[in-house]
Formats: sequence, structure tokens, C-alpha cells
Amino acid sequence: MTSVGGVAGRVPATPHAESMGKPSAPRRVLDFFRRNEEHAWRGSAWIAVVLPLAALAFAVSVLAVKAWPAVRVNGWYFLYGRNWTYGSGYGAVVHTDGVAHPMGAQFGAWAIIWGTIASSLIAIVIAVPLSIGAAFALTERLPGWISRPLGFTIEILAGIPSVVIGLWGILTFGPWLAHHVYPIIADHMPDVPVLQYFRNPVGGGEGLMSAGIVLALMIVPIIASTTRDLFQQVPPLPKEGASALGMTDWEVANKVTLPWVRSGIIGATVLGLGRALGETIAVAMIGGAVLHIPPTAYLPFTTVAATILTQLDGALTDGTGFAVATLAELALVLAVISVGVNLLARLIINRTSRTGAPVGGA
Amino acid sequence: MTSLAAGPSTRRRRVSTLAWRGLTYLALVLIMAPAAWLLIGVLGRAWSHWKWSVLWTQLTPEGGGLRDQILGTLILMVGVFIIAGTIGVLAGIHLAEFALPHKASGKLSGPLRTASDILSGFPSIVLGYVGYVALVVGLHWGFSLLSALIILSIMVIPYIAKTTENSLRQVPTGYREGAEALGMSAAYGLRKVVLKSALPGIVTGLLLALAIACGETAPLIYTAGFSNTLPHQLTHAQFPYLTYVVFQYYNDPSVQKHYLSYDAALILVVIVLLLLVASRIVVSRTQRHSESARGTQRRRPGRPGPTAALAEPNLEVPTV
Repeated sequence: MTSVGGVAGRVPATPHAESMGKPSAPRRVLDFFRRNEEHAWRGSAWIAVVLPLAALAFAVSVLAVKAWPAVRVNGWYFLYGRNWTYGSGYGAVVHTDGVAHPMGAQFGAWAIIWGTIASSLIAIVIAVPLSIGAAFALTERLPGWISRPLGFTIEILAGIPSVVIGLWGILTFGPWLAHHVYPIIADHMPDVPVLQYFRNPVGGGEGLMSAGIVLALMIVPIIASTTRDLFQQVPPLPKEGASALGMTDWEVANKVTLPWVRSGIIGATVLGLGRALGETIAVAMIGGAVLHIPPTAYLPFTTVAATILTQLDGALTDGTGFAVATLAELALVLAVISVGVNLLARLIINRTSRTGAPVGGA
Repeated sequence: MTSLAAGPSTRRRRVSTLAWRGLTYLALVLIMAPAAWLLIGVLGRAWSHWKWSVLWTQLTPEGGGLRDQILGTLILMVGVFIIAGTIGVLAGIHLAEFALPHKASGKLSGPLRTASDILSGFPSIVLGYVGYVALVVGLHWGFSLLSALIILSIMVIPYIAKTTENSLRQVPTGYREGAEALGMSAAYGLRKVVLKSALPGIVTGLLLALAIACGETAPLIYTAGFSNTLPHQLTHAQFPYLTYVVFQYYNDPSVQKHYLSYDAALILVVIVLLLLVASRIVVSRTQRHSESARGTQRRRPGRPGPTAALAEPNLEVPTV
């Protein structure tokens, strides 16, 4: 590793400044600027890097303060409870631990948290194999003149606003899935414990499965482009050697290429998971916004992010402000989950990249 | 010599090769088909009733056009460009040039970078909620342009910082040493040599950050509100933008509003495509220039373009 930083000592900015006698006023200003330019760069750059982080700390503390009453009243029930009611809107206010809330208000977010996890898992299960397969086709098989435009299409997919993907999902893709794809899956799914969740009824296209598939489409660019870049870093010699030993394409991929870049793919997957967990608008449009665990995998559900978006209007009608505090608690839960996932990704990437290549020790 | 040439094992291996290749192509098709369907679907939905007057008439309760929404989205992009561009590029300079490498491992993973990565993975809806609590309600700004700009900027700053940092990293060390050998001060060399050669990468990052900013919806609903016409104040006035039209009008009772929703989606996609193509052009122009001028290494075929970074916001590719 060579030294990356470009700062190497402080060379005087104007070597001839002293020999010029008394400089004029604009000259002095210029000299002052030159002499202190590095301080200016360093100072402003430091401020620039600290400012957003201060914003992050501020955001987290605002959430914590705002959510505190809700955390105290809701307790652990918030994490496992399934009942989500705003309580009586007509005056009856009760106090629990000094926190005012409408009578009968009860907030258990398990169905919401469950929906977040389930939709993200569906997205990951679909997106990872597709991304890896597509990355193989793009790097190992297809010639440049065809793989480059295809790669650019994947990058366009990454740039399409999620609200546009949501619009297409709810109007075109979801109904198509419900009419042509889900019935086939549902009719042939065996009636055994986990898989029976994927049996009928299939609904109208708004729901968990559609949201998961659309989320998969949204995180495919993250995973596929990273995987493609990683595959291109695998040196050709081990692959050619494996081929020369008589390995099939599948064996080369499975025993040489994939182990070489496994940590990177896991890191990209976890980052994609983070994106899926936090995606709001597309899920709000396609998910159906129902605050229950759906009876089958095709029916309406909700996620934490979508609930924060869609429930604000309802929460604002709570005069005690308790519902808004509960939304803050929900936001806090989402923040904790996504920060945890992000740190996990960094941990995986850092740790495995230090140990070096898994095959042959590069 | 029994069955070395075409035994069952060889056949199985041939089949497995073909099956593997077929599966990879199938995966590619399963990604490409929805992507193409999405683009064509958005275009087709808007095209059947497209009227150019959408671009210059105002939105009314009955229908009308999207002039102020388009202008609003462009104003948001300009604002983000100024605020997040300045702060993000400076932050990237700090991370690449001034932040000291980690002492023990030599890796550049200080707490600042970790925090910056956390911020880039922070859910936008949570930032939007904080903006609502702190700016809209807390500072009594109301739904407004200023609160939206601040929240959007905080969202994309880590992204701009990351791309700036990466493109500064790619400036050869020889440039910095050359600048120093010529007697330039560190700051002068940074400004005249290092930043100048990293500029295409920085510009690409900025363009892609704008693509992210113009497509955001959830945090804007919480901070900008929505209005039919462009306000004249920074605060205390709800602000129009395109993504809200897509989100809210597609299931409106009025067909006119459905059309507006499809139109807004098309306009958004066109804006994003223009930004992506612009970033491509910036990179390919400078690359051709650098190849002819300095004879640096040629582009490998199929090498990822700059926009790959859009899909990959904060992953440090491990060096194997």
C-alpha cells in the first residue's frame, strides 16, 4: 500500500514574497490567501465531513427523544404485539407513567416488523441467484458489444425512481403476476408447513409477494453490478487452469470464481438487504398497507417504512401526540435495523478482505 | 481404454455445462425482461395520450399540466447540487486527502468513514420523519422548500463524498509528487493538479446524486408537502414536485389525473436518463482524452462504467 494522502509537508506558497518590498493591498490579500489556503481547505473539508455526521447524530437523538414516551408506554409489547389501534378518538384520555394517550390505544408492531423482514427476505432470495447468474453471463460468456449495453440497462434500472417502479408494479406487473404466475405456483404448492403459506388465495396483485418481487428488481442492480465488478477482478489464470484440468463451466464457477469473491458478494447482498428494508414508496404502493400478517403470501401487508409514510395522517388526528411518538418509535426500530445491517456488511467486507483469497492464496 | 471418450460421465459433464450456461442466460433474461418492460410500460402508458402542453400549463384541481411540478423538481435538483455538492465534495476531499490512514492496518477506515457509510445506508423515510419533527414542526418552517432541500442534501452528501473520494484516490500518486517537486504548496497542488484530474469522476458522482435526489418521494412528502403552484418563499409554503404526482394521482377518481401521473413518471424517467447519459459522456470524453494524451492503460472490454457506482453506493470492493 503506497501512501494515499497527497499532503506532504508545507512548502512555502510564495517563495519570492519577501524580496518584493512593501506589497500593495490586493497583493497582501492574495498573499494572505495563498499562505493560508491549505488551512482553508483543511478547515472547510473538516467541517464538511463533520456536518452531515452531526446531522446523523441529531437525527438519532431527535428520534430517541420523540419516541421515548411511546417506548415507555408500549414497552416490549411493541416488538411482539399484533394489535395496532389508535384508541378512542373522542376525548377519553388516560395516563400511563405520566404519558397521556387515548383510551384503548395499543400499539403492537410485530405484523409490521414481520412484513419488513418477510418482503426483504423474498427480495434477497430472488435477487441474489439472478444477479450472480446474470453477472456470469455478462462477464464470462457474452462479448463486450452486447454485455456493455446490457450492463448499462442494469444501471438505468438502478436510477429509475422507486415511485415509477411502484407505479408500474401496481398497475402492470402486480396484476399480471396475480393472473398468470401466482395461480400456477399456488396450485402446485404442496400442503406442508412452510410451503403451504404459498397456496391459494392469490389476491389481486397487491401484497407481500408482489412487493418482494419488485424489491428484488430494485436491489438486483446493487448486487449484479458489484458482482460483475468482482468477477472482473478474478485473475484469468486460475480459471484457465481449472478449465485446462477439465473442469466444466459450472465447476470453474463454483470452485474458483465464486470462492474468490464470496465476501464481496455477501457484502453486496447485505447492502441490498439494507436498501430493501428501508424502501418506502414502492412498498407503500404495491404492498396494500394492511396492518396484519397476511394469511397467504400473496395478500396485502405492510412494512415499517411504508407504515411510517401511510400512517402519518392518521397519527396526526391523535390529539395527545402519542400516535406520532409511536411512529417515531417505529422509525427508531427501522434505523436500528438498517444501521445494524450496514455495520454487518462492513464487518464482513473488512474481515474477509483482510484474510486474502480463499483459493490458492493468490 | 474403456469409455474414456464418450462415457456417461462425459455426457453428464457436457449437460451440466450447458445447463449452467442456460441458467446464467435465463437469469440475465429474467432481469432484462422486467427492466425493458418497465421502461416500455412507462413510455407506452404516457404516450397514448401525451400532450406537449403538459410541459407549460399549470396544475389545476381538474387537471391541467405539470409546469410548476417540473420546475419544482428542477429547483430541488439545483438546490441539492449547490448544498450537497459543496459539502459532499469537500467531505470527499477530507476523506481522500486529509484523513490519516489507520495506524495499525494501513486501512482507511476511521470512525468518520464508518459514520458516513451508516448515513448513506440510513432509510430515507426516517430522515424525512426527522425533518418533519425537527424542521417542519420544531422550527415552525411548515412544509417548505428549505426543509426539503436540507433533508435531501443530507441524504445524498455521503454518496457524493464517496464518489469524490474514490475519484481522488484514482489520481496517480505521481501527479501529487510532481506538483510537490515543482514547488507547489500542498493546497495549490490539490487545487490545480489533483482536483483537476479528478474532476470527471466528481462530476459523474454529482450527476448521479442528482438522479437520486429527483426520484425521491417519501422524505419529500414529509418535508415539502405538495402544492399546485410554485411558491415564492423558502419557508411556510408547500412546494410542488413530480414524484408526488406519480404517487398520489394514479388512483384518483379522475382519469385526467391518471394521465398526469403517467406523464410525471415519463418526465422523471427522461430526466434520469438524461443525467445517466450525461455522466456517460463526461467519462467517455475524458477517457478518450486521457488515452490519447497520456497513453494510460486502455479500457478493458466490458469494464464497468462510472454509473456502476449508482448501484453500489458504499461498498468497498475488497482487494483479493
